[in-house]
Amino acid sequence: MKGGLMLQVRIHGRGGQGVVTAAEILSIAAFKDGKWGQAFPSFGSERMGAPVMAFCRIDQKPIRLREPVIEPDVVIVQDPSLLHQVDLFSGLREKGYVLINSTRSLSEMGIGELGSRVPENHICVVHATDIALKHLSRPVPNAVLLGGLAAMIGVVSLSSVQKGILEKFPGVVGEANARAAEEAFSEVKNTFNPVSFSGRR
Amino acid sequence: MLTQIEGSQAVAAAVSLCCPEVISCYPITPQTHIVETLSARVKKGELGNCQFINAESEFGALSILIGASAMGARTYTATASQGLLFMAEAVYNASGLGLPIVMTIGNRAIGAPINIWNDHSDSMSMRDAGWIQLYAADNQEAVDLHILAFRLAEELSCPVMVCMDGFILTHAYEAVHLPSKEQVNSFLPSYDPVQVLDPDDPVSIGAMVGPEAFAEVRYLSHYKQIQALDLIPRLAEEFRQWFGRPSGELVSPYRLTDADTVVLGLGSVNGTLQECVDDLREEGMAVGSLKVGSYRPFPSVPLRSALQNVQHVIVVEKDLSLGKGGIVSGDVKMALRGLPMTVHTVIAGLGGRSITKASMKKVIEEARADRLTEPYFLDLNWHLINRELARQKETRRSGPIAENVLRDIRSVASKVV
Amino acid sequence: MCFGIFGLLPQRWSKGGDMSQPQIKFYQTGTFSVGNRLLKEEDRTVQSRMDRTNSLNSGHRACQGCGEALGARYAVDAAMRASGNRLVAVNATGCLEVFSTPYPESSWRIPWIHSLFGNAPAVATGVAAALRAKGKTEIKVLAQGGDGGTVDIGFGCLSGMFERNDDVLYICYDNQAYMNTGVQRSGSTPPTARTATTQAVGVNPGNRFGSGKNLPKIAMAHGIPYVATASVADLHDLEKKVTKAMKMCGTRYIHIFVPCPLGWAHDPALTIQVARLAGESGLFPLFEAEDGKVTDCTPIRRKVPVEEYLKLQGRFKHLFGDSPNREAIAAIQTMADENIRTYGLLE
Repeated sequence: MKGGLMLQVRIHGRGGQGVVTAAEILSIAAFKDGKWGQAFPSFGSERMGAPVMAFCRIDQKPIRLREPVIEPDVVIVQDPSLLHQVDLFSGLREKGYVLINSTRSLSEMGIGELGSRVPENHICVVHATDIALKHLSRPVPNAVLLGGLAAMIGVVSLSSVQKGILEKFPGVVGEANARAAEEAFSEVKNTFNPVSFSGRR
Repeated sequence: MLTQIEGSQAVAAAVSLCCPEVISCYPITPQTHIVETLSARVKKGELGNCQFINAESEFGALSILIGASAMGARTYTATASQGLLFMAEAVYNASGLGLPIVMTIGNRAIGAPINIWNDHSDSMSMRDAGWIQLYAADNQEAVDLHILAFRLAEELSCPVMVCMDGFILTHAYEAVHLPSKEQVNSFLPSYDPVQVLDPDDPVSIGAMVGPEAFAEVRYLSHYKQIQALDLIPRLAEEFRQWFGRPSGELVSPYRLTDADTVVLGLGSVNGTLQECVDDLREEGMAVGSLKVGSYRPFPSVPLRSALQNVQHVIVVEKDLSLGKGGIVSGDVKMALRGLPMTVHTVIAGLGGRSITKASMKKVIEEARADRLTEPYFLDLNWHLINRELARQKETRRSGPIAENVLRDIRSVASKVV
Repeated sequence: MCFGIFGLLPQRWSKGGDMSQPQIKFYQTGTFSVGNRLLKEEDRTVQSRMDRTNSLNSGHRACQGCGEALGARYAVDAAMRASGNRLVAVNATGCLEVFSTPYPESSWRIPWIHSLFGNAPAVATGVAAALRAKGKTEIKVLAQGGDGGTVDIGFGCLSGMFERNDDVLYICYDNQAYMNTGVQRSGSTPPTARTATTQAVGVNPGNRFGSGKNLPKIAMAHGIPYVATASVADLHDLEKKVTKAMKMCGTRYIHIFVPCPLGWAHDPALTIQVARLAGESGLFPLFEAEDGKVTDCTPIRRKVPVEEYLKLQGRFKHLFGDSPNREAIAAIQTMADENIRTYGLLE
């Protein structure tokens, strides 16, 4: 296996929550950081409320692989109501990371055993919806979570995430999202003690 | 300029740079983002006097371009799957009349059963219609091939379809070099038609041709594609000089030196195949891959030349000729006739099923050991198949196959009893 | 049977107060209208002029007495004159296309394209779009097809063109069946007519009642700028309508009644007479409409019962004979009377 950094992210949510957009913004952020990013959706039915997944790969060289992310390094859960309906953590790598949008603890969510699958300090829970409501007046946590991700693994910088957000949402909406992402970033940095993603070996 | 952009958006940008004069549109997943973006650009005046027409069907959409192209305009549209079939009559008509229309195919499976995901059954259905068919392996190629397509089409007076995998490429965000207006202008001159409707020089286009001349007219269309075998590499080289990167080569070898096994494919699967080759090379296997960029005209000579010393050729194709097996593998076998290697057919990716590196690596190993059935169906769920066959054997009124199989994998609710 | 050249007939003028229409006292007979010699130069038909374009030139392979060849020459020459000879024609597959371009010849003297059976409206849309893109809108676009290509297989494309109001004049030559392929029934075939697929056998011989489309009405329902019906029996009227349509923009539709001696089984010498009787019986009303509303119609000079029209044609033969089908003929008469009422053809 060649060396180098190839991060595979899988984002879960429901139709209408901007899951695909989140993956796209993440890929733009990687690009802004001078890396290669590949983002694409997994299309089920596109109706509002149905479970959807999107994928993002980040690497330091062009990405040629075209399959869905089967063994994610990172799983982002935008909507915790999916937790016991879909196998969100399928294929999650041993030293993988999990970022969940929720106000409850892992045990309250009924996934206390997640701490035995991946290191405890690889799991972050951020109340992204609340942060979104505060800055955007809308419960759209997708861009917010990316701020948290930047703090969690350091593969993309916050400023690049913000640039990605502004590219996708120019103007007032983008700026509010960027501020919300920053709040999530700070919260993760301060509350957790994340260890940066150092790449596969 | 290097940009992180969605595949469809990149194609819309490339097409805009080519200054089409008439664009027609009928929406179908997964090409909609392309035509939507173009409609906005036209409306905002970014494409000058370009006319954007919302057609009432795909048949209408291509027919509109037949008229516009015959009138001397540069024309473009996009479709996929069912839409391509719906315009099938017009597809043959356009090439028969020698009109240099450029069309994007966002490759998607053809129903029944209805399926919106990627495979090559759509463009394969039109492989004999006389259009040039180019396949993009990534979104950079998707951009570059469209620019090449207009030049190629207009020089030969032959329509061109640029095929890009639906969702996998159309909806993927990746980094793409978008050329400048100056670069495109230096490569693509304005359209100078070979035949045109002109009140000052009237001609009749579309006359009936009987047995006394039809074969000759048909051969002349075929000859255009033969000429393309020559023209495409020349244009690819010219493209490389202007844009700094290769594009449109008939075939592209990857680590073919001393390879005893070569895996071959069209479109985006090549990315995954190259990853497989790298992994297997590291394990000591002499494996390479060959990307086929032009499917029509079929590049028999360079293909044969690239593969002549190989022992195993594994053709990975996202299509199935029902009742026969592989389509591309048949073409490959013909090109390699007389040579001693084994050509394997791997049917994969139908209806959007992922082609994974893990599965492909296994297949390559099995092929090298001559343990692969012919044709081989990648990751087929034989359990599901056998259940349905048993069901059909048991009762005459076994019901729609699709519903039965979906119920087996619990995609639909159980029957209401 | 033919009409006398001089008749004790009422003067004829159009109803809508169109004072530019000359008051003609005589019937027309044949192509070279007798009335022309007695008209002022500027009121004469395009067909009577030496400098007419003869867009559909002689040498084509149409049947003796073909109404469509006649109608096409009338219409296209008028369109050419109206556009200053700046015209492009798009033709659907059908009799007109086939008999006018027998390889290796073409009898068209104008730029002309034939693509497919069902796409003439769409191809014309494309030609018009290209002309707009190139800023050459002084060149006009004419699309033409038979009833099959217009009413049936081309209907989707036609409706799309209507809906978009593309700048095209579409002319339908209606001989009421798929003639080129051997006289099969179309959506324009009238009730009781014999065709190869509605044969004169069984309990209800011929085409059934209660089917068919009225394309002029459908065109009006789309609200396009101009819809008109015309006939090879009235050259002045036809030319006037084509000329008027050519001066307008947007989608214009003209539906021309063209008898087919072969398919209708009538004497080829009677093409124009058959067409006249269709009008005079009320079965084929001549009218104009703008933006979806009828604006004018050509009144009936001498009303005739539908039998006079029907009995000239073999396709209606089974209605007559030893036990005539009075019920069917009465039903057809009702249809004619309904038209007369609707369009005020006797007022």
